[in-house]
Amino acid sequence: MSVAHAAPAVPENLTWQGGSEPLKASYGKLMMWFFLLSDTFTFSALLITYGMIRFSQPAWEGAPHDFYFSTTHWPIPEKVFEAVPFLHGMSLPLVFVGIMTFILIASSVTMVLAVEAGHRGDRKDVEKWMLWTIVGGFTFLGSQAWEWTHFIHGPEDLSLAAKQIIDGVSTPIEGANLVRNPYGPPAFADLFFFITGFHGTHVFSGVILNILIFFNAATGVYERRGHYEMVEKVGLYWHFVDLVWVFVFTFFYLV
Amino acid sequence: MASHAAHGTSEKEIAPPNTGAIWKTFWILLVLTAIEFVIAFTMAASTLRVAIFCGMTIVKAFYIVGEFMHLKHEVKTLIWMVLIPTIFVVWLLVALIYEGGHLY
Repeated sequence: MSVAHAAPAVPENLTWQGGSEPLKASYGKLMMWFFLLSDTFTFSALLITYGMIRFSQPAWEGAPHDFYFSTTHWPIPEKVFEAVPFLHGMSLPLVFVGIMTFILIASSVTMVLAVEAGHRGDRKDVEKWMLWTIVGGFTFLGSQAWEWTHFIHGPEDLSLAAKQIIDGVSTPIEGANLVRNPYGPPAFADLFFFITGFHGTHVFSGVILNILIFFNAATGVYERRGHYEMVEKVGLYWHFVDLVWVFVFTFFYLV
Repeated sequence: MASHAAHGTSEKEIAPPNTGAIWKTFWILLVLTAIEFVIAFTMAASTLRVAIFCGMTIVKAFYIVGEFMHLKHEVKTLIWMVLIPTIFVVWLLVALIYEGGHLY
């Protein structure tokens, strides 16, 4: 704003509709949009790889209730992801992922509430909503750690696990890593680790940024600066992380 | 002076929160996710189901990017700047999934 006043008057139709601010967005916000667009390409590359590998592998042809884990066909996601913490031994397909999706959407809402409070210059509200967003981020990361642990351990009942041939004997695969996978083809585990891992890394950096913003808001840095635009910029990043999860949820877990 | 001290540090007006649109978007996202769950368990896997999931995901993306990221209220050029490259990426996604089906 203040920069716009200092700059010489420019006819509005001559500078990309934004006066002296191209696209009517501040430098920082515009650069954040550019970064997010490039990050979209990275995540798209991962999802495109997932789509291509999945469709180049045989799918399960039989009825869903006859399904069994085997390295010869792609697993049905709801057969793999059916465990929920504290509800041991119960088959609750996709419930935990649903909870994780809800946590991330809710933290996106608290973030947007922090941005709204920033517009009003309401420091107390910015602090409150940033704190809730940080809590949501950590809850999601904890849930993902649990999900990974569960996946790496593999099915509790080894007779359910996919088999591999060791010295001519068919042996159940114990635990998932990058080269073997008790749920299906190794590529399924690879893509699970890479896609959710890359997303989780983004969530982690987002939480770090949120903590910095909370710290700056709480110590009055933005109040002295006169605006809370940093909350908006980091908010854009945080919503993007939520957006990516919406796509991961659909393509990895639902389809 | 004394009256200023009585007001404490928050002497400047703080407008009341205006969060109606935010909560509306939240409920839309929540309901869409719930419907996705219902479809996942009541409908057999098919091309139609995949199409429904993709359609609902795009609707959710529209609300997150449009409302939460505020893109809906930005200058048109900025909207196109984000949208056009994304459309090409979606085309690549569709093309490679199609090609993948021919590898097997």
